Amino acid sequence: MQKEKLVLIGNGMAGMRTIEELLRLEPALYDITVFGAEPHPNYNRILLSPVLSGEKTIDEIMLNTRAWYDEHGITLHTGDPVTDIDRKRRIVKSRSGRELPYDRLLLATGSYPFMVPVPGVDLPGVMGYRDIADVDAMIAAARAHQQAVVIGGGLLGLEAAYGLQQQGMDVTVVHLLDTLMERQLDKPAAALLQASLESRGLRFLMQAQTAAIEGTDRVERVRFKDGSAVPADLVVMAVGIRPNIALAQAAGLYCERGIVVDDTMLTYDPRIYAIGECVQHRGQCYGLVAPLFEQAKVCANHLARLGYGRYQGSVTSTKLKVTGIDLFSAGNYQGGEGCEEILFQDPGAGVYKKLVIRDNKLDGAVLYGDTIDGAWFFQLMRQGTDISGLRENLLFGQAHLGDAGHGGQTQAAAMSDDMQVCDCNGVCKGEIVRAITSKGLFTLDDVKLHTKAAASCGSCTGLVEQLLASTLGSDYSAPEAKPLCKCTDYTHDQVRAAIREQHLTSIGAVLQALDWREPDGCHVCRPALNYYLLSAWPNETRDDGQSRFINERAHANIQKDGTYSVIPRIFGGETSPQQLRAIADAADKYQVRTVKITGGQRIDLLGLTKEQLPHIWKDLTDAGFVSGHAYGKALRTVKTCVGSEWCRFGVQNSTKMGIELEELTWGSWTPHKFKMAVSGCPRNCAEATIKDFGVVAIESGWELHVGGNGGVKVRATDVLCRVETPEQVKEYCGAFMQVYREEARYLERTAPWVERVGIAYVKKRVVEDEVGRKALYKRFLESQKLAQVDPWKERATGAEAHEFTSLRQVNA
Amino acid sequence: MSAVMPEPTWVALGPIDSIPRLGARVLRRDGGDIAIFRTTDDQVFALLNRCPHKGGPLSEGIVYGRTVACPLHNWCLDLATGQAKAPDEGCAPSFPVRVEDGHVLVSLTPGAD
Repeated sequence: MQKEKLVLIGNGMAGMRTIEELLRLEPALYDITVFGAEPHPNYNRILLSPVLSGEKTIDEIMLNTRAWYDEHGITLHTGDPVTDIDRKRRIVKSRSGRELPYDRLLLATGSYPFMVPVPGVDLPGVMGYRDIADVDAMIAAARAHQQAVVIGGGLLGLEAAYGLQQQGMDVTVVHLLDTLMERQLDKPAAALLQASLESRGLRFLMQAQTAAIEGTDRVERVRFKDGSAVPADLVVMAVGIRPNIALAQAAGLYCERGIVVDDTMLTYDPRIYAIGECVQHRGQCYGLVAPLFEQAKVCANHLARLGYGRYQGSVTSTKLKVTGIDLFSAGNYQGGEGCEEILFQDPGAGVYKKLVIRDNKLDGAVLYGDTIDGAWFFQLMRQGTDISGLRENLLFGQAHLGDAGHGGQTQAAAMSDDMQVCDCNGVCKGEIVRAITSKGLFTLDDVKLHTKAAASCGSCTGLVEQLLASTLGSDYSAPEAKPLCKCTDYTHDQVRAAIREQHLTSIGAVLQALDWREPDGCHVCRPALNYYLLSAWPNETRDDGQSRFINERAHANIQKDGTYSVIPRIFGGETSPQQLRAIADAADKYQVRTVKITGGQRIDLLGLTKEQLPHIWKDLTDAGFVSGHAYGKALRTVKTCVGSEWCRFGVQNSTKMGIELEELTWGSWTPHKFKMAVSGCPRNCAEATIKDFGVVAIESGWELHVGGNGGVKVRATDVLCRVETPEQVKEYCGAFMQVYREEARYLERTAPWVERVGIAYVKKRVVEDEVGRKALYKRFLESQKLAQVDPWKERATGAEAHEFTSLRQVNA
Repeated sequence: MSAVMPEPTWVALGPIDSIPRLGARVLRRDGGDIAIFRTTDDQVFALLNRCPHKGGPLSEGIVYGRTVACPLHNWCLDLATGQAKAPDEGCAPSFPVRVEDGHVLVSLTPGAD
């Protein structure tokens, strides 16, 4: 069968990103032809400013070479714009006379710089700023001439002005309004920016309306409405861009300001998609690259006939690419009705920060001089995190939220090139930045694949994202929600919703209903799906052992030599001579090589073979032990201090409380491991404030804490509330675990989950909504009825025997 | 390596149903254990039960498609060839397997490649 023909008009970033996404989904579905007006293969347009300023070369900003097009069987016609689309016959015609039929057409014609319609605008030496040819012309002009005028004090105009100045020209920026970058900055930030650029030698003419551009053979001066004039050998117009819709309009496609598309990026012609700066989606046209990439993903999804991607608009952020000036702006930076503003100003140090808050959520941000937290603020905005719990320290950034340890996101900018970012794979900042710029990487996944940074434990993910943000500027935006794994484009939350709404009760059903790309899924998605199914339908789902990581399948911890360790549950960490004797006897009998007290107050028996496991479990369960689940994404341990029974400071019986909590919760599966502790007084010897759920006794009852973590990234808990009785402690604990189980993503610990949804949300669900809390607790108890069956006892009495025996033994 | 290739000696491993789908069992052997894998569509593969990376027991990994993910560090190996998926590099020796009347047999002579 002959392949369908896909023609792309526009060899820019948006169109080619769509093709790349499409090839990833369906490498062989179409015969692809690309028409580009420029003579180059695909390049990174957003890095034109560093080329102009001489900080990068053209070669460094190429994204796909001609060889790449050949390798992927794509026909590329450069320097040959399409001049006509015949929608009836489904044919495109190019300037050089090529005629090509299409089955699907993708328009990515981009935008053009708007030229202010004044006399003299067509004089030689007057130009827009859009492509490589413009940059070449500007660099050439800088060699022969001295005086440059940039009309437009927005992002692009300032980058052009800075670049021309770096090329040795005297530059005057002419702006119609009284503040620079008025679409991204409020007045105070704009004033700081102007002062800083002036100190670098740029001149500004504010509130200046251009009346004419004068000259005989070439531009000589720019004249203003008030009659004054400035000399100019070069005039760059950077007052805005307009979607390039002429071709689409001529073909009779419905256009307003841009080519109008729906949420699937389809135009009014069902054979024609459009993407990038030329489109208008829900009334919006975008001129930044991050939204284009989101559109590309959706468009590719439909071109690949998957049919479920949906583009719903983008929140955008900007960063000025002028070396030495740190400027970040996102969302509603002006504030206004119904908004509150948090401000910080230190004019002496050149620092200005403004956060705009609406309904307890971050709605916008302007940062000048210190933009280190830009990526974090942007993430809070996109995720719609309730910030009421962070409010006091929000402005001072993530580093001030008790987030010690690696302190990830705030370091990147200050690091030197030879400092290590990824401690697992030994990757330095310089390597990552080089890979981002030289290989044209835009996403975290790209960086992981090419450099291995953040590809192991993931604790440097924040740093790598920060490096992407600072290297790419406005062109990087952390994806709001990532696909669950490489087998699907659906996010964790979408998959979970489908499981609930479509009542899916097996992994096979999920893979089929959601069109998984791999028939069996993979080692990343299957454990997640198994968990989501068990959490949504505990009574109907069969736990799939083959989709569990070995530790959970074998109910013991695999060690580096392939042996296992066994940790019996010791409720609340309180043991007895009989228990210790039983453990000692078992350790003797099975010749356990190492006996170790764990961090969670349990005893670890290491070095057992898989075949020995059911046997040692028999001995241990006969002595009354159950599995300690030290191997699972499950309730691990409840650590306690001795409390009021013995301690002269203790105010409540913390050991008893701990034992009761562990009896209540053992056996429950959770998105990630779940640790608890109970301290008998505020001295907190059980370290309850770095646990997922911590209880600290106070004179009048108990203080409950959530979301702590003592691992790679230390996080102290947030206080949930105070309660009076042990029964209440249990109810709140069960309810908290149940919200976490139902709503956190698989492998998301409570600490990042609480940061993502906000402690205010957790309080609303568990503390303020009494009916809701009781319902959560009820669901928790319901699922515990099925969960508290000891897996060790089952296996000690013959269950899953194949797991623990070999097929055969031979002497060979 | 000997100059004369020995005749393959086929070792009977019992019914295919003794291996779980998308799972593996082990043949214990002095010369190194062999992991016997079974896919969703009942194909059977055999690899030396040692990941080329750090020696992890491949039989304990998660199986999907024609791939197993090592339980220690998630290297993904092709079940048929034992080759690690790029960008990782390495190979676990594979052994010929056949299924006759629902019974699995493995040859202890590593595959030609």
